[in-house]
Amino acid sequence: MTGFGVLRGMGITLRQFIGTYRFGKWFLKLIGLDEGSGITTVAYPEVKQKHAENFRYFPFLVYDESPEDMRCVACKICEQECPPQCIHITMEKDEKGAPTKKFGRTYPAQFDIDVSICMSCRICVDVCPFDAIEMDNDYEVADYGRGPEMNFNRDKLLKSAEYFGKIKPTEHAEVEARLEPKRAKAKAAAAAAAAKAAEAAKPAEDKPADEDPSDAGSDKGDAS
Amino acid sequence: MSRITIPEESELLELNLGPQHPSTHGVFRMIATLDGETIVKLKPVLGYMHRNHEKIAEEMSYIASFPYTDRLDYLCSMSNNLGLAIAIEQLAGLEASERGEYIRVIMAELTRLVNHTAVTGFLLNDMGAFGTPLLYAFREREKILDLFEAASGSRMMCNYIRPGGVRADLPEGWLDQAKAIVKAFPKFLDEFEGLLSENEIIRQRTLNVGVLPQELAINASITGPMLRATGVDYDIRKVDNYSIYDRFKYRVPMGQVGDVYDRYYVRILEMRESVSILQQALDDINDASPYISPKGKAIAKAPRTFKPPKGETYGRIESPKGELGYHLVSDGSNKPYKYHVRAPSFINLTILEDMCLGHKVADAIVILGSVDIVLGEVDR
Ligand code: SF4
Ligand code: SF4
Repeated sequence: MTGFGVLRGMGITLRQFIGTYRFGKWFLKLIGLDEGSGITTVAYPEVKQKHAENFRYFPFLVYDESPEDMRCVACKICEQECPPQCIHITMEKDEKGAPTKKFGRTYPAQFDIDVSICMSCRICVDVCPFDAIEMDNDYEVADYGRGPEMNFNRDKLLKSAEYFGKIKPTEHAEVEARLEPKRAKAKAAAAAAAAKAAEAAKPAEDKPADEDPSDAGSDKGDAS
Repeated sequence: MSRITIPEESELLELNLGPQHPSTHGVFRMIATLDGETIVKLKPVLGYMHRNHEKIAEEMSYIASFPYTDRLDYLCSMSNNLGLAIAIEQLAGLEASERGEYIRVIMAELTRLVNHTAVTGFLLNDMGAFGTPLLYAFREREKILDLFEAASGSRMMCNYIRPGGVRADLPEGWLDQAKAIVKAFPKFLDEFEGLLSENEIIRQRTLNVGVLPQELAINASITGPMLRATGVDYDIRKVDNYSIYDRFKYRVPMGQVGDVYDRYYVRILEMRESVSILQQALDDINDASPYISPKGKAIAKAPRTFKPPKGETYGRIESPKGELGYHLVSDGSNKPYKYHVRAPSFINLTILEDMCLGHKVADAIVILGSVDIVLGEVDR
């Protein structure tokens, strides 16, 4: 019948309209709606939509105890793999050009991510062999410029492992389980190296303690 | 007495639609030549959103192209990922894990729901039904996007499917959530159809508008719902049986006339079939096997070490818009020597003028809407 289709459509629209009000449950059921089905938007920024645990935005660097103790060793794998090439890393080196170490590993002097270029793809996280970089879920990063304001430097990117555990508990637990044996191994290796260094230090006091080739080798072994 | 004189021969008017026009679905431009209000010539102008995807992909590892495929057809990032993953698997002779295959099919079919809800909503928008049907459709789409976010971390730029499986396992409770959404989906479809399918105004605007003859559709290599609306039984899921589609029971809906209404209705029916595939897949999914094969995992972890053997391949899938194909040529290095995307919306668009001739301007907008283009894919 002509016109019936239009009327039916209007009926559906009317029903949906009623659904946007908070009527009693029985009434909504009567017209075939679930409670709250008509209310789908929230008044941001007063109310924020809850997001999934996996939600990713920009990457950040993880440190364990203190910001000095960052996991990143400046191996530059993420820099190479990042599709839009928005990561820039330089390794901390001494005057002679040899990498300096802290906590037995090399570290970046500069680690910049241009978040205006980053496309939040998570490839850097996937390829990092040290679980040093993870995805944040803080999406409120608006600023007044897109030059230096959007170029996040190392200190801005560093966040604690605790914070990571708070935003992504499941992933954090996985990462910890993966890192635990490595940490134990590194500790044992460090203890052995220290014992060896002490032994070596006895006859010749002036031998430098860092730049131990066996140490660097074990780092690489972890990476593969 | 009249002050208006009508010239013997009417003059043609050239009308420029777009590129910044909401009804051209992005930065697409049509130069329509009008006689009165009837279109006598129509020239599409493309390339405003060309981002050099294919050349960029030749400069990076195979895996690094995945986030860029998300941005081809930004409504269906999951199926774009799937197409590339299948092409890479063919090239390197990889197998996907069992659970990985199921997750992929689930994601691809959810993407079909997302795309078809969006496109039918937008089609109605083009007809002047501002907002209402579109927002009902988007409300439903949002629920599926929440599923995508829970699994992959992103609503639209998922970057989730990898050669050999998927990037990460589904989080806990995801399958139940998905089941609930899929179960409720037919109710939405019924309502959506009640709103639209029998609506007299919509029927008047779409029946016998923009008819695409079957012969022309085949000759112009149109694929997807547009081809099936003309009555051709061609669905790559059935033809190629890629992934694990041969394990599910589903039908391929077809139209008869090939007008805008058929294209709309084929999409509605396709959603119903997708729901049925989803129900089967969600019931059958196997918890025991890993979400990605060990080889796939190694590739995802170290993309630069992945060097497929020399050769070339063409991997294709039935994306919601049609045949999405990736042509890859490998020279044995870790970057593709040649990378080409066969974008369904681009090829479906080639036929636009033939469908629009003789119709009014307002119909051209509706016809364009029924083609279902996304400019990210057209221009690449
Ligand atoms: S891959 Fe990991 S360890 Fe290497 S530079 Fe990047 S963040 Fe640091
Ligand atoms: S998320 Fe992607 S684009 Fe952003 S820094 Fe990591 S690899 Fe680069």
